[in-house]
Amino acid sequence: MAPETKICAQHIDFFYGRTRALKDISLDIYANRVTALIGPSGCGKSTFIRLINRMNDLIPGTRVEGKIIMDGLDINHPRTDVVDLRRRVGMVFQKPNPFPKSIYENMSYGLRINGMKDRNFIEQRVVSALKKAALYDDVKDRLHESALMLSGGQQQRLCIARCLVVEPEVILFDEPCASLDPISTRKIEELILELKKDYTIVIVTHNMQQAARVSDYTAFMYMGELVEYDLTEKIFTVPKERMTEEYLSGKFG
Amino acid sequence: MSAMKIQRKALVTLKEGAYKWLFATLAFASLVFLVGIVFTLLTESLPVFSKIRPTSFLFGPFWYPTADPPEMGIWPLITASFAVTAGAMVVCVPIGVGTALFIHELAGRRQRAFLKPVIEILAGIPSIVYGFFGMVVVAPILQDLLGIPTGLCAFTASLVLGIMATPTVASLAEDALSFVPRSFREASLALGANRWQTLTRVVMPAAGSGISTAVILGMGRAVGETMTVLMVAGGAAMVPKSLFDPVRPMTSTIAAEMGEAVMGSLHYNALFAIGLMLFLITLGVNIIAEIISRRFRLKLGLGR
Amino acid sequence: MTIPEGITDNLPGTWPKGTSGRKRIIRTSDISQALGFLALVLCIIFALLFLGSIVYFITSRGMAVISWEFLTEVPRRAMTKGGVAPAIVGTFYLTVGAMAFALPLGVACAIYLCEYSPGSVAVNIIRLSINNLAGVPSVVFGLFGFAVFVKVFGFGVSILSGSLTLGIMALPGIISASQEAILAVPQSYREASLALGATHWQTIKKVVLPTALPGILTGVILNVGRVAGETAPILFTAATFYTRGYPDSVFSEVMALPYHIYALMTEGTRPEVQTAIAYGCALILLALVLAISAAAIILRQRQRISYGS
Repeated sequence: MAPETKICAQHIDFFYGRTRALKDISLDIYANRVTALIGPSGCGKSTFIRLINRMNDLIPGTRVEGKIIMDGLDINHPRTDVVDLRRRVGMVFQKPNPFPKSIYENMSYGLRINGMKDRNFIEQRVVSALKKAALYDDVKDRLHESALMLSGGQQQRLCIARCLVVEPEVILFDEPCASLDPISTRKIEELILELKKDYTIVIVTHNMQQAARVSDYTAFMYMGELVEYDLTEKIFTVPKERMTEEYLSGKFG
Repeated sequence: MSAMKIQRKALVTLKEGAYKWLFATLAFASLVFLVGIVFTLLTESLPVFSKIRPTSFLFGPFWYPTADPPEMGIWPLITASFAVTAGAMVVCVPIGVGTALFIHELAGRRQRAFLKPVIEILAGIPSIVYGFFGMVVVAPILQDLLGIPTGLCAFTASLVLGIMATPTVASLAEDALSFVPRSFREASLALGANRWQTLTRVVMPAAGSGISTAVILGMGRAVGETMTVLMVAGGAAMVPKSLFDPVRPMTSTIAAEMGEAVMGSLHYNALFAIGLMLFLITLGVNIIAEIISRRFRLKLGLGR
Repeated sequence: MTIPEGITDNLPGTWPKGTSGRKRIIRTSDISQALGFLALVLCIIFALLFLGSIVYFITSRGMAVISWEFLTEVPRRAMTKGGVAPAIVGTFYLTVGAMAFALPLGVACAIYLCEYSPGSVAVNIIRLSINNLAGVPSVVFGLFGFAVFVKVFGFGVSILSGSLTLGIMALPGIISASQEAILAVPQSYREASLALGATHWQTIKKVVLPTALPGILTGVILNVGRVAGETAPILFTAATFYTRGYPDSVFSEVMALPYHIYALMTEGTRPEVQTAIAYGCALILLALVLAISAAAIILRQRQRISYGS
């Protein structure tokens, strides 16, 4: 069964001022699959996924060329509603970034900003998202305590859960385990595998083993270019490009 | 030779110790001054309380210090200070915080590089200049505009004082906003909040206690401000009945009457007692600001 | 670059006509955002307008009065003719005196707080007293200066009393500026010096202070501007409305610009002439203070850039 394409990037170039950070990137991201972006730091993998929910709009002096199509719609089109886009494409950041509010307030934030006032509905969604993120049992007795009291791993799962509440279609993970210990990392990875049943997932990681463990497809990027993109098992066993092979065997990066 | 070496070493140790003690002694100067101020205020004001009960000093409704017999109730002065300060807050909190939010959220890089220092420089305009401006420009305009008997009144004083405190509040509030980690903003936007929602529901609450500290420090400045109210508030020692009554806040009472008070007289002592009250009020304000700002740093995980 | 076959086959290729962008819905949250931003713009316009109008009024009216004579001559005919030179000179003396007192003390205090036993009980007590000293109203400093310097020490109403009072008031600002500059000296500098066998004091003298000096100076300049403009502390300790000529010792009373503005507006017999002179004084004071603090702020920004923070 061929997977359905969710997002299709076509000839993406991206500029920070005069610097060209991404060079002619074209790749497809499939629905209900995990796509991993790997490569040495500074290769543009984070820049690329931040384009998918237009977080780079926040950085002044940047410019994007080419098209990113999601469900047949150009996300960079001037008439695209960026707020709506970001609701459809959730994001989990490198460092856990819960708001300095209670766990419950963190979770309900996404619904409240949409004008949702029905308490029962909010609570139902919060609980189900926390359960999906495998965090409910850890926090069910202290939903009204500050989110900053949680451990790093729990904070990151809270951020994932917070993103699930608004029911996105795609979730972008930008090195979600970079600041976590191995056990918390393991839990997040299990969670990602669980989530792919319902969501399309893109994960940026510098950890090749992590890419091998969680992803279905892997893209290898280097110096702003997409070197190779294929099924993860193929990339890791029979890479077509020499550069990919060298990177995977630890010759550079 | 080794004796010499030991001697030299001892000398070095002695010298190091001496410097440490020297700096420690000088460093205690500010404590000495603070204690000195408290001591002076206490000793110079205590004679008042042997003649007048503290409650009638604080709550007495009439301030006729040079009448015979003198009436020394500072209630009109206290209410005047509070009225003028509250009025100033109504002006400077929304405008100051609004200015800070503008600089934080809407200003481009260039505008910010221009506005931040300009606001800080404007915060340095001497209070006498505000007082003078209030007296010769604002008061006559308001008098005509509102048809009030005198432009020199609590309302004008509040307005001028509020404008004066605005740059301070704006500058401190902007600092508090810039301490909020950018990740909060990104997290909120990534959830589909727009910029205004992000600002009001995430950034401002996170900076909330920092902004409160800014507001409270601005309040401290307004309570203790002397020259502006001395020139603009009108100077009548009555409990104000309306915003447009002339009033005489505590600071301007001291400034205006110290020159006439006979050294060692009851009036002289009473002015020090007003000073003591002012000191206690600003001390309280400072302590509250300190507590809130400590909480702010803890909340954002900024350490001490 | 390699895109394996089979992947490109799934490209949507052409997207449905007429839906090249999602239709934008206007939400209530968009409206409140527009209104909110509008309010912020109004805030800053109001703030700049009012503050700008102060600068504008004082400048335009003051320029009419200012001349070479106004800046360099002593007042004549009961303050209605002549210049305000003694007030300018008086403000200069008071400011220099205050700094001569507060600068060494403030820097020494900052050195102790940053370099010797930080975190100790003594340091916390000192820090607490500095914070509280910073919040004391200026008129209370005036009371203190009057009771202590003028009366107890017997300095009388004089430059000395006024300078000491202003100096105490400026102390917290100078300490915190110096602290900021000293803390900005990288720890590695201290370690390098100590590792070469320098003593603690040698490290402070040869490494920490020279590195921190530019920062300390800008902090001090910023405070100079504030001290020059203060009125309440010198009201009963130094200032007088009129002197015959210039002060001849530190025990003389002086004219000072800020006090002179106040006195012109509240004393004297010819308000219409005096107001014009007061505009002139206000312009001189404003220009002085703004120039000094602008210089300090620009210097500080340069330094921050060179520290890379």
